[in-house]
Amino acid sequence: MARIDVKKTYKLYIGGEFPRSESGRTYVVNDAQGNLLANAAQASRKDARDAVVAARKAFGGWSSRTAYNRGQVVYRIAEVLEGRRDQFVAELRASEGVTAAKANTFVDAAIDRLVWYAGWADKITQVVSSANPVAGPFFNISAPEPTGVVAVVAPSGPLLGLVSVVAPAIVTGNTCVVIASEAHPLTAITLGEVMATSDLPGGVVNLLTGSAAEIAPWLASHMDVNGIDLTGVTDPDLATSLEVAAADNLKRVRRAPEAPVDWLATPGIDRLTDWLETKTVWHPIGV
Amino acid sequence: MVKVPEKATAFFEYAPAPESRSIVDIKASYGLFIDGEFVDGHGKSFKTINPATEEVLAEVAEADESDVDLAVKAARRAYTRVWGRMPGSERAKYLFRIARIIQERGRELAVLESIDNGKPIKESRDVDIPVVAAHFFYYAGWADKLEHAGLGTDPRPLGVAGQIIPWNFPLLMLAWKIAPALAAGNTVVLKPAETTPLTALLFAEICQQADLPPGVVNIVTGAGSTGQAIVAHPDVDKVAFTGSTDVGKAIARATAGTRKKVTLELGGKAANIVFDDAPIDQAVEGIVNGIFFNQGHVCCAGSRLLVQESIADEVMERLKRRMSTLRVGDPLDKNTDIGAINSAEQLAKIRELSDIGESEGGERWSPACDLPKNGFWFPPTVFTGVTQAHRIAREEIFGPVLSTLTFRTPAEAVEKANNTPFGLSAGVWTDKGSRILWMANQLRAGVVWANTFNKFDPTSPFGGYKESGYGREGGLPGLAAYLKGIH
Repeated sequence: MARIDVKKTYKLYIGGEFPRSESGRTYVVNDAQGNLLANAAQASRKDARDAVVAARKAFGGWSSRTAYNRGQVVYRIAEVLEGRRDQFVAELRASEGVTAAKANTFVDAAIDRLVWYAGWADKITQVVSSANPVAGPFFNISAPEPTGVVAVVAPSGPLLGLVSVVAPAIVTGNTCVVIASEAHPLTAITLGEVMATSDLPGGVVNLLTGSAAEIAPWLASHMDVNGIDLTGVTDPDLATSLEVAAADNLKRVRRAPEAPVDWLATPGIDRLTDWLETKTVWHPIGV
Repeated sequence: MVKVPEKATAFFEYAPAPESRSIVDIKASYGLFIDGEFVDGHGKSFKTINPATEEVLAEVAEADESDVDLAVKAARRAYTRVWGRMPGSERAKYLFRIARIIQERGRELAVLESIDNGKPIKESRDVDIPVVAAHFFYYAGWADKLEHAGLGTDPRPLGVAGQIIPWNFPLLMLAWKIAPALAAGNTVVLKPAETTPLTALLFAEICQQADLPPGVVNIVTGAGSTGQAIVAHPDVDKVAFTGSTDVGKAIARATAGTRKKVTLELGGKAANIVFDDAPIDQAVEGIVNGIFFNQGHVCCAGSRLLVQESIADEVMERLKRRMSTLRVGDPLDKNTDIGAINSAEQLAKIRELSDIGESEGGERWSPACDLPKNGFWFPPTVFTGVTQAHRIAREEIFGPVLSTLTFRTPAEAVEKANNTPFGLSAGVWTDKGSRILWMANQLRAGVVWANTFNKFDPTSPFGGYKESGYGREGGLPGLAAYLKGIH
């Protein structure tokens, strides 16, 4: 008799832990053929708020780490992901029904994307900062700082898309609350396991699974969230209402893309600069 | 505490030293500046007054939706046919020309600014107008160097920019908006504030003198509904606004779901933090400059004084003595330190919040000073015994009113300074270098002035964190705000 599999319970990833949704709800996630893969946790408003609390709590420590250290931690995520690449290839094939070759491409690209962004940690400041030649005896420099807590509606690409929106937010020192792809949530939680074992402090990335239409409005209107990334929002009406809600505390908004994104292409630095604030410091020069 | 003399200025009375207003020629009425010409609007008109005397200065057209539409169409035509395709080196020369004419007509602009706004002539003459010229000079030089701005090899303008500016630094805010927009190749429709339209209209005349192609700059005067028409216009690609946080939020909502690029420079409630090792006389000058510069009508004003407990009494004594020497009165007098409050409405708001400050338990103090009979005036005022819960410690007063709180440790100073939904600016006064840098790191604000305050320069990015808005003006980020680039 064949051995019976030990199936995984997919839960949320909040504050470095894997809780069930406080609502007790789950939803069915099927594979590409329509067979049951798992029951995923269906996050609620309360879960979203708990995740914001965790992200805020983590922000002080994470943003004050050295850029060198943040780069190493994100690089470590790439290392651990590389070690589990077969598992991710299998998951992508199951959930999206893609070929082995395609799944390999996406997993490789996701690992490489993490490495690419890891390297940015201690370079982006030099690229976007300036020494300002003011007309007077003053030392004057401008340098970027992280925006704070960023809510992210992740695109449907369950691994590469997710990594491509989360890595730039955290490598710059922000913490985030991510709503994973509703259709393909399981890979996100497995990626949470990778993060939990990669020296990434709890709360820096918080992953929610469930309905973006249900959860995103609570994050868009949350007064302790500083920015919101609408990349994964495909319904224009929802995108507009989220942007309207985000105005309550003037969150920085990255709008949903106008055209489909090619996640395999090398990104620009805009996803880094979206979550950075410029701070300018003046001091008189004199003896 | 040492008793402050009733009127310290009695030691040295000044003779009046008024700047002549004969240099300005204010017309009885003004139209809108659209497509290179002054035209009548389709809407009503409104009066702009001298806030120091309440004298009516001119009748100004109030642009309605159809006027805004004409202005946007003119801007679009100019963008498509002329400005957007003109070589940057040629655009640059127009901007250099404008900068030079501003310098040439600097005194005229300064006097007009003081008459329409109420600010002291020494500030409009020595700060506003020179910095206006500097902004045009700085961004002029960028126009033919955009490919070096770090936005890829071929950064493109956005198109038509709709710009709405406040009344506190009328021409300076115009410069912050128009100079980078034009340098990047955009055309603009700008609305000056309702109470201070005159220098913007004189600027329109300067554009004519500079032979700027018609439609590149359009000035539409008006109030809130004119601004709304600009923000809502479907052919506007970029909205830049400086003003209140409430209006900023309304703009963010109005542009939601569009592809308009938005930058907002909004309110503040800056902490000005004085440590016990600071050179106190310098710090007192910084406190005075922080809150009384421009009658406190400054979004980045140092309106919350956080002073270390051990020196609080001494700082307060010296501050009050210094405040007693401030001269409040005729904005055109070269010795005036504090001019008129810009409008009756703003004066009512300052009075209301100050009264609330008192009723909530703050201790209010102003030096004895004779305020003119006509016009809108408010004496320099300091509150002590203020806590973080008081409304005068939380809300932007936008007037010459300082709220004082104390702290014991640097951590407490940071906690209190950051305890606000705003994040525009902050000040730090201490002799210890490592502490300056630590404080500068901890403060969640877009501009940190250490051992100085209220300094502005076209090369230096300015703008806020949190509810003080987003985007930067000045420097490279100020240019990027008007460009599509490959980041």
